[in-house]
Formats: sequence, C-alpha cells, structure tokens
Amino acid sequence: MAKKRTIRTIPQQRTPMREQPAQERVKNFAEVACGYSVAEAQRESERCLLCPDQPCVRGCPVGIDIPGFIRKLGEKDVRGAYDVLTDTNLLPAICGRVCPQENQCEGVCTVGDTLEPVAIGRLERWVGDTAIAEGWTKIPYIEPNEFKIGIVGSGPAGVACAADMAKAGCDVTVYEAFHQPGGVLRYGIPDFRLPNEVIDAEVNNLTKLGVKFECNTLVGRLFTIEQMIGEMGFDAVFIGTGAGYPSMLGIPGDSLNGVLSANELLTRCNLMRAKEFPSYDTPLPLGKRVAVIGAGNTAMDAMRVSLRLGAEKVYCIYRRTEAECPARTEELHHAQQEGIEFHWLTNPVEVLDDGKGNVRAMRCIRMELGEPDDSGRRRPLPVAGSEFEFATDQIVFAIGTNANPIIGQTSKLKLNKRGYIEADENFATSMAGVFAGGDIVTGSATVIEAMGAGRKAARSMKQFLRIRDPGTVCASEAAASSLFGIDLRERNFVRIRAA
Amino acid sequence: MGESIRTSNFEILAREDFSDVTYSLVIHHPLMARAAQPGQFVIVMSHAEGERIPLTIADFDRAKGTVTLVIQAVGKTTKEMQQTCRVGARLYGLVGPMGMPSPLGHAKKVVCVGGGLGVAPVYPQARGFKENGAYVIGVLGFRNKKLIFWEDKFRACCDELILCTDDGSAGMKGFVSDGIKRAIAGHPDIDEVVAIGPPVMMKACAEVTRPHAIKTVVSLNPIMVDGTGMCGGCRVKIGDQVKFACVDGPDFDGHEVDFNDLMMRLRRYAEEEKAAMARWSENCRMRQDIGAVAPGPATVPDPSLGLLELPDPFDEVQGG
Repeated sequence: MAKKRTIRTIPQQRTPMREQPAQERVKNFAEVACGYSVAEAQRESERCLLCPDQPCVRGCPVGIDIPGFIRKLGEKDVRGAYDVLTDTNLLPAICGRVCPQENQCEGVCTVGDTLEPVAIGRLERWVGDTAIAEGWTKIPYIEPNEFKIGIVGSGPAGVACAADMAKAGCDVTVYEAFHQPGGVLRYGIPDFRLPNEVIDAEVNNLTKLGVKFECNTLVGRLFTIEQMIGEMGFDAVFIGTGAGYPSMLGIPGDSLNGVLSANELLTRCNLMRAKEFPSYDTPLPLGKRVAVIGAGNTAMDAMRVSLRLGAEKVYCIYRRTEAECPARTEELHHAQQEGIEFHWLTNPVEVLDDGKGNVRAMRCIRMELGEPDDSGRRRPLPVAGSEFEFATDQIVFAIGTNANPIIGQTSKLKLNKRGYIEADENFATSMAGVFAGGDIVTGSATVIEAMGAGRKAARSMKQFLRIRDPGTVCASEAAASSLFGIDLRERNFVRIRAA
Repeated sequence: MGESIRTSNFEILAREDFSDVTYSLVIHHPLMARAAQPGQFVIVMSHAEGERIPLTIADFDRAKGTVTLVIQAVGKTTKEMQQTCRVGARLYGLVGPMGMPSPLGHAKKVVCVGGGLGVAPVYPQARGFKENGAYVIGVLGFRNKKLIFWEDKFRACCDELILCTDDGSAGMKGFVSDGIKRAIAGHPDIDEVVAIGPPVMMKACAEVTRPHAIKTVVSLNPIMVDGTGMCGGCRVKIGDQVKFACVDGPDFDGHEVDFNDLMMRLRRYAEEEKAAMARWSENCRMRQDIGAVAPGPATVPDPSLGLLELPDPFDEVQGG
C-alpha cells in the first residue's frame, strides 16, 4: 500500500454510478443503476481511509468487515474482497442493492463526517456482481453434523439463517409457499431494483452450500411447526414468514375493481411476470392514472412499476410531508426523476365508482401536521372542509402490512396482541427449538434488518444445539487469528462441538 | 437452478372426463393427502408461465396419498390443462391445503348442496359430516343429465339425495334452491346447510334458508394470487367486515356474505381473460392446422351450456 490516506488525499467526490436516463428507464424493467466499472470501483475504494475505528462495521446489521473488503479492492484483489464479504454476508449482490446504507454503514462512515461517505453499498454490489459474472462461489469446507434445521420462508431472514446454519454443518431445508424461492426479494422488489437473475444466482450459491429449497410448501397447513419439531425430526426451526398481510384502506369504495394492494400489484408483476402478459398468463390491467397511497419503499416500487407498465400519470398520495416520507432517499429521488407526481398532506376518504364497479375517482382531504405522535413524527390532522375530488382509475394502497396469520392459526406459538410471533432477545419463541425473526416478529422493516435477524437467530440456534462456530463470532473477535484453538485465517469454518 | 429447489413433483395419477368440459385429476401428494381437511383448497400452476388458480380439494385419499381436483374448462388455463394434464404428466406448482378447514361441528342433520362444479368440493364435507355421525341430505344440481358426475359417491355418504336438473332430464326439474326447499319441507330439524357453487347459486341458497334461520355455510372462491394472505386480492365483505377468503375462509356464513360485491370483483379480469382465451384458441387452431399438435378434447364448449353467462367459482378469470 502506498502512502497513508488522509481525508485530504482521497478522491473528494463520491464516484457517481451510471444510471439509465429517467425518460428511457420508465419504458423498461432493466436496472436503473447500472453499477460501477472496474475503474470506478477502484477509484471509490480509494476513498476509504481504512480508519481503525471502523464505525461502518458497527453500523452494519450483519457486521460485515467493510474496511477488510475495501482494502482487498485497493489491492486489486476482487476475489479476496468477495471472500471477505462472503465471510459474513452470502448475498452481497442483493444487499449492495437493497440495504438502506445511508442509515447504516454509510451513515456513520468517517469520511462522511467531512465529505460524502464512501459508497460502500455500490462497492458491495460491484463485488457481488463480479462474482456472479465470474461464476465465483465460496464453498467452504463444511464438516457435517447430525443436526437437521427447518427454515420457514425463503425471504431475507430465512436465507440468511439458512446460510449460517449450513455453514455450521447442519442439514438445512428451506420451505417456501410460492413456486420460486426468494420471498419478498422475488415477489416484492421489482426487477429494476433487484433483477431476478441476481436472486437466482445468490439462491444457487446457497444450494451449493447444501441448503435444500422446497417450494410449493405452505408450512402450517401442509404440516405444522409442531410436526416439524416432532415427527419430522428437525432439531431446530426458524420462522421467517414475514409480515405480508396488507393493511386495508378501510374507506368506502375500497373493494371496487381497480383498488388493489401494492403487494398484489408487485406480486403479479414481479413473481408472476404480468408485465409479460400474455406470454405469461397472469394479467395486470392498469389504469391510465394510477394513485398510490403511501410513501414508503413499497409505495415507490408500486409507482415505478405502474409507470413501466404504461400508466400515463402516477400520483403519490401521502398524508404527511416529504420530510416524514419513510422511503429511502434514493428511491424517492428516482421516483421524482421519473415523473411521479407527489401530493403531500393528502389523504383519501372515499373511492368513487363509475357505476360499473370500477374506480372513477377518489375523494381526498387536505391534512396538516399537528403535535408529534408515538413515532415522533408530527401527526397528520384533516383540515375541515378541504375535501376535493381526485380523478384516478386505479388506486394502489401501500400503507403497511400486518402479521401473516397462518403460523398463528396452526400452532400453539405465543403471539403478541397484534398477531406477531413473540420472540425474546435470542429470537427464541415460546416453543423450545423454535426461533423466529424478521417481519413476523418485528412488523414491517427492511430486507437487511430481516437478514440481520436471521443471522442472529442462527447464532442462538447454534447455542441451543451447542454448536460452536467461529463463523458466527462478532467482527472484533474475528480479527483475532485463532479462536478456540482453531486457525481462523484458513476460513474453513471448522468447528467443534462443545462437550 | 440447483437440483435441490423442488418445484414440480406433482404427478397426475389418474384422470376422468365427466363431460366435454369437466374433468378430474388425481394427483400424487401424500403429505397433502394427509393434511387435507374438508373445505380447504389448493393453488395450481400448470406450467412455469402459467397463472396461479385456486381450486377446492374435491377429494383426498390418505391411504393412497392422493388429492383429487375437479376442473371445468372455461378459460385459457383450464382449457389448456384439459389438453396437457394427461396421466403421467406433472403439475409445475401445487400448494396447499390452504384456508381454514370447514368446521364439521356437531350438526345432527345437514344439507350439503353442490351446484354444477360445486358438487365436487362439497363431497369431502358430506363425507366428513357422515363420518361424524350426522344425517346427511345431498342436494346436487346440474344443467342436464349429461353433466351429472359423482352421483354414486354421494349416494354412498348421503342418507338422502335430491338430484336437480335445470331441464328435468334427471331427478327433479329445478335449481338446487328448489332442492333445498324440498329438503326443508321434509325435515324441520335441519341444523346446517353447506352450499357450494357459483355465487348466484350460493346467494339463492342463502336466501332460501334465511327465513328459516338455518345456519348456511358457503365456500367463496374469489380471485387470488398467492392464497396465503399476502395480496389481499381475495378480500370479501362479510357483514361489516373485510375478510381474506384465503386465510380467513374460504367458508363463510352465507347470510352475512355480500354476494354482489363478490360478483363485481370476479369480473375484474374479464377482458384480459377473454383476450387470453381468444389468443390461445387462435394458437391452437394454427397448431392444429399445421398438425404440430394432435387435437385435444373439444376446445370449444357446447354453447348450450351457457358457461360464459354464469360466473363460475372455478373460472380462472379469477386466477393468478
């Protein structure tokens, strides 16, 4: 390595990532952000100070050794960077795309105190994409043990847990109700943010670790959690079924044709490929003027999908202001660039029909912000007498989700009063050997938080099964060259069973 | 994708064609056969580009490890399946059993009503009630004699069977609602009526029983995508509440169901379905013209059946 980097010597500007121009990309489902070139990735990696404090590692829910992989990039050792990344995160191409880095690693980056933070997410994605393009996988030596692990749900929490348990030598089976694995990564996140091929590649890596995916399997109904722990012989089970039960608008007219949940819109488009109708059989007729209620990431996805499906106008209707909008900044900017029309401080109160059961318009009311509520955000209050009609022929609601009820209906697991599974700080549920994490425990959150929960649950499962695995020790411990007398530098995940 | 991502292992072991448009498939799925309860449904995907269509489980055999689906070829997917789902073929996707099982309860005397294709899914309930020791009256309705199926299966589990045909070609002439009236007239002590069929039929049945205050359970089959409570497409109005048919149902109190809302929502994809059907028929005709594919069973339904006028709970207009 050349001379020591300082805040003055590193490239001052963050390396921009090429994007499809807004006018073009609204006509296709190809990725908006094109990714870095080799030179761009190289340049951006030089912006990392490799500071000893490493706030980014603490800011990462899964504790990726971020300076470690960036150091390898600086050494032009992309494979090495991939190996460091995949020590802690088997899905870099996915996380590099969908993590809200501005609130995590990049939000606390030392460089970010003075300049724009290092584009950690873009670098992670670049390494992940390079690995997919080169066909790299990291299949460590795994010494099998006798434990059988069942994972319910193949979304981010489930696959993260599956990866860790497989690396620990367990026989892991992941059950998925849909016909393809990936959960919300597959049905929820559109291709222009996360192409299906990336999910396929990352899932394939897991199968190479020995993880088995059983699709078309609705746990709870085909067999229960109790059966898994009992007659099916699973030593431990992780439940990561997600929230995914859409909240309804609850206003008159919300059952009219043309009113649908963002989940339905996205599932039809992403998983069922309705955008390729009639080559694919699932239809998704869309209105000319689509109003999306809500301003979270799901709402942004629904709006941008609607544009690409050919809507003439897409509106965002949100009862608070841009400042309270829960979507990632980048998503909001992309949506604005693409011509979404934002109507802040607006709330629908009734859906109006055309006399034939279809949406003609909605009646909205203006809002104003009052005192802060429980979430700390100022509570939106209706302005009396401000109702007006808003012309639209399609209404998509993206106003949050509730707990999926199936596991609750079919097991004796303790739920909280909102229907989510109760789990302690070790992700253990009320049933011995059954762990749960992700949205089904916390309510709607992000992909990476779910992955973090899956991994922490895996750590607890290993403790429960008395498996010792250096792969699960936290980053500071991993800096040591040996643990439990095992040479960690070999990164072969040898582990010993505790006596 | 890797070997260990299992998606298609659902072999069709047997098939029976009841008429030009109605057929049954017996599918190998031992786990599902073991788990299935009366009233539950499955979601089928016949091929990778297909749509997900909900179908109520018409029968299950735990010993043989099979589930039976009865399908009416009315739309693109079900007609295509009529051609492709031969014995030995495999379905791309089959997931279930879904939904809440029908509570068979302690009813002593029940009427199980099936209209048209609804005859199939009401069978497990009739059999379940019988096994629970109830006196079971079957009321089956078909348009004409030609379309009758499973009469023998119902005779085996019903204490009484009232067969109705629209044209009087078999049994009594009339609708199933007339059959229910006859059952009520003969039995003042009916505890429960279970009615499955097209929404208009279930609505009519609920209206017959309402004045008698007889508990009436109907099985709703609205448009679904996932069948796991995730999309909300199957939401139905039950009294003043919104329920998801896939996870809260599919059985609901017939006196509380807003059938008009259900029927309106079933028309959501009518145009797309028509377009898909037209395109598919055209492709079939072209393939037949060039002889690439042997012609399958009749692809055009007997117009006298009037299938297109009646919203049918199994029409995959509502599917995927």
